[in-house]
Amino acid sequence: MTAVDDRPQAAPEIGNARRRKEDQRLVTGRTKWTDNIQLPGMLHLAMVRSPFAHAKIGAIETSEAKAVPGVMAVYTSADIADIQGVCITAWPVTADQKTPDHLPMPGDRVAHAGEIVAVVVARSAAVARDAAELVDVDYEELPAVLDLKAATTDEVLAHPGLETNKSAFWQLDSKGGGTGGDIEEAIAKAREGGIVIEREYRQQRLIPAFMEPRSTVVDPTGEQVVMWSATQIPHVLRFCIAATTGLPESKIRVIAPDVGGGFGGKLQSTPEEFITLAVARKLGKPIKYTETRSETMVSAHHGRDQWQKLTLAAEKDGTVTGLKVDLICDLGAYAAIVGGGVPVLGAWMFNSIYKFDAYQFNCTNYYTNKTWVDAYRGAGRPEATYAIERMMDELAAEVGVDPLEIREKNWIRHDEFPFTTVAGMTYDSGNYEAATEKAKELFGYDELRAEQKRRRDEKDPVQLGIGVSTFTEMCGLAPSRVLGSLNYGAGGWESASIRMLATGTVEVITGASAHGQGHETAWSQIVADRLGVPFESVEVLHGDTQIAPKGMDTYGSRSLVVGGEALVLAADKVIEKAKPFAAHMLEASVDDLEFSQGRFTVKGTDKGVGITDIALGAFAGHDYPEGVEPSIDADATYDPVNFSFPHGTHLCAMEVDTETGQSTMRKYVCVDDIGNIINPLIVEGQVHGGLVQGIAQALWEGAEYDEQGTLVSGSFVDYTLPTSADTISFVTDHTTSPATSNTLGTKGVGEAGTIASTPAVVNAVVDALRPFGVDDVLMPCTPERVWKAIQSGGGTQDAETTSAQQAHFDEGTPNQDPAAGTTDGVVQ
Amino acid sequence: MTRITVTVDGVPYSDEVEPRMLLVHYLREVVGKVGTVVGCDTSNCGACTVHLDGHSVKSCNMLAVQADGREVTTIEGLATGGELHPMQAAFHENHALQCGYCTPGMIMQAVDLLQHNPNPSEDEIRQGMEGNLCRCTGYHNIVKAVAAAAGSMSSERSDA
Ligand code: FES
Ligand code: FES
Repeated sequence: MTAVDDRPQAAPEIGNARRRKEDQRLVTGRTKWTDNIQLPGMLHLAMVRSPFAHAKIGAIETSEAKAVPGVMAVYTSADIADIQGVCITAWPVTADQKTPDHLPMPGDRVAHAGEIVAVVVARSAAVARDAAELVDVDYEELPAVLDLKAATTDEVLAHPGLETNKSAFWQLDSKGGGTGGDIEEAIAKAREGGIVIEREYRQQRLIPAFMEPRSTVVDPTGEQVVMWSATQIPHVLRFCIAATTGLPESKIRVIAPDVGGGFGGKLQSTPEEFITLAVARKLGKPIKYTETRSETMVSAHHGRDQWQKLTLAAEKDGTVTGLKVDLICDLGAYAAIVGGGVPVLGAWMFNSIYKFDAYQFNCTNYYTNKTWVDAYRGAGRPEATYAIERMMDELAAEVGVDPLEIREKNWIRHDEFPFTTVAGMTYDSGNYEAATEKAKELFGYDELRAEQKRRRDEKDPVQLGIGVSTFTEMCGLAPSRVLGSLNYGAGGWESASIRMLATGTVEVITGASAHGQGHETAWSQIVADRLGVPFESVEVLHGDTQIAPKGMDTYGSRSLVVGGEALVLAADKVIEKAKPFAAHMLEASVDDLEFSQGRFTVKGTDKGVGITDIALGAFAGHDYPEGVEPSIDADATYDPVNFSFPHGTHLCAMEVDTETGQSTMRKYVCVDDIGNIINPLIVEGQVHGGLVQGIAQALWEGAEYDEQGTLVSGSFVDYTLPTSADTISFVTDHTTSPATSNTLGTKGVGEAGTIASTPAVVNAVVDALRPFGVDDVLMPCTPERVWKAIQSGGGTQDAETTSAQQAHFDEGTPNQDPAAGTTDGVVQ
Repeated sequence: MTRITVTVDGVPYSDEVEPRMLLVHYLREVVGKVGTVVGCDTSNCGACTVHLDGHSVKSCNMLAVQADGREVTTIEGLATGGELHPMQAAFHENHALQCGYCTPGMIMQAVDLLQHNPNPSEDEIRQGMEGNLCRCTGYHNIVKAVAAAAGSMSSERSDA
């Protein structure tokens, strides 16, 4: 115990661009991916998957596979019937939602290509795969429904037993809910003397395509069954296993070791996990299953997939009055864990930052015989943001003003916060003017508009388009009571524990489960500041239900805004518990103590004691005050009081070659307001990665099926992820309106880039083509589609060039749309 | 089974392998170099990139038997004497990784890129790294890291 603290004041960790703690291992290959795990006696699996989209399963002949040396067993559904569990949905969006049973390995019928019908267990993965080829399955093909619009007619049923393809209808109506006016009235009025804009947009199906294929290892040899899995949700997964397999929750330990990306794609309890568990329990041996990339593409859930019908009502001057949204959404073959709830998350976001008087959101979910659909980065909110930001550009074009002007006319002004929207959400803070001003400046908005005009006047074959997206999102899922009112099957709290170790280091346990987000670093910064201990002394533990027994895991940009607050609560409890120890050691009254920079001092004296000294004292337990326990460790659970509402202004300049349809990104600027920033480096990284995923939706990616229901974009050859050569460097900056609903003032950032960038890019492409009469291009905006849009939009090119230009669209061109040449390829 | 002799990260190994075994599986499953990972089955992602006799190859795109008598360097053999290789340091310094799954391949490819072109432009970096996919970073910081490493490695060279 030192009497005088002569250390220099430590600079705050929060806001510091700390290099990440987790990097050292990752850059040297000292990693613990699930597939790296080897256990004595471990056996390997290969799955036998249906090639058909919809079929009855007949006889399964396994004897040839079983005869292969090294094959231990081949199981079909009947063999694991009593222990295989069920893939459940956590969010039946309505009480009458139709939900087909989803067995990990169905015995009677497969409902999408890639469903598992048998599993081979062998000494090595290679032997298992070879033997899987020898399993002979009789299928009786059934008619498959593969198109979302066709699904709405119920002519062909994805699940005949349900008697309809419709899963549920969900509505939010501002009049009914008392949050605004009557949408039909607003539209009728606009039809008379105002402006009505009606559009239909397509949100194509995407594949999350995390880089680490999913892998699961199950070791049943201890008292607890241990599952390692490449998952975002170890805690939720444990719950699902306990709820459906008959294993008591206390007998299950789930570990998410290093996880190679997720983006929502690993927010699932998967058939593969359940089957691996069932085989391990049956054989009593450690079992590993690692999928191939082709298996990932066809069996891990997909994202997006909606048709959006939109009606926007405005006055003649462009003041918006009403917005009506009619969605049809493809859930794929099954209601996944968030499932039908994903599009519903858009309900509060279509109105975005604009002051509509009346609003109605209608969402109908359907089943088809395609891969199931669930959360993919943004989940419901990118779809909504895309629609409204495209519509605002259409409104600007109709009124004949700059897209930023129409937005400014309609957005919530900074002096109007907190603001309750027409959808009933209360936005706590924001400043759209400031973010937009900064973005315009960084972008050189006026100069680029001038260049655009010049190119238009000169009829330059390469036109310049400028795309705007002034987005907001709700994130930080979620206040538990709100989730309860929405019929969601769990809470939205997060937990944290802090253990003050005797030797001065601090163990922080978080229920959030990182897979690339840098929690170990950011959490260390928060705790270092709060407890006044060195950044290096903090060790963050997560992703193991035995180490972090309580948690709701990582998704929905929730880790920091919910999990970070749990840390703050736990740290404050530690300080509170340490107080009587400090008073005892300093022979002072608790009321006279002050805590700062990791030390308790007695007001008006130079007497003090460090919190780590107290930790040692509590550990020794030789001399501590009466009436307290000899520990200053603390646990906390935080339930958020509101969502958080980051926002930002994204500006994109695209050069579009009107002769070839090729579009090239010239500049991208974004200014995001995500409240207070813990680590600017990590934030930038999240923004960059999000941007590219959103840009990829706009320009390159799309999951395509053929008429048989086979996923044709089923590998990285055909599903064209962007490469470094396709992308550019970005200009990113921030404005800061701290969140008022939490102590750190943070808002989420994980999804912002993805949500904002897709409409910014498409708006830019369409903006370039407006002189050609084009007002939409289907995503992904491939050269083929852009070129066709120019042609059918009444472009100015002479007809002779047409055939020459078409030569550009040969099969071998990278990022070529697989639907090229079909009717899907034309502009709506 | 075929016997091969391969030096991996400076250590000689002699093993019986199935002729069809891919080099990446030999490295991961036989030698235990699990720092090198598999991201695809079509040789598109580059996660498995290692150096063969000093040049980058996708180790899922060749057979173990083709490495017979040759020298392989994986991400685990890049740091020397407890010091990170300048490229590893640049990835850390520039936050060029998030989940880290693409990182071993990225770093091995980037080292090879600079061997061929010590002072690449942004465009040359972007072209040179095209065969390595990353889903987390959007490439922005990877490009920055490679440029930074080029700077530090060329200043090292001029110091020498
Ligand atoms: S694993 Fe994808 S290229 Fe080798
Ligand atoms: S850092 Fe995750 S894939 Fe590159």
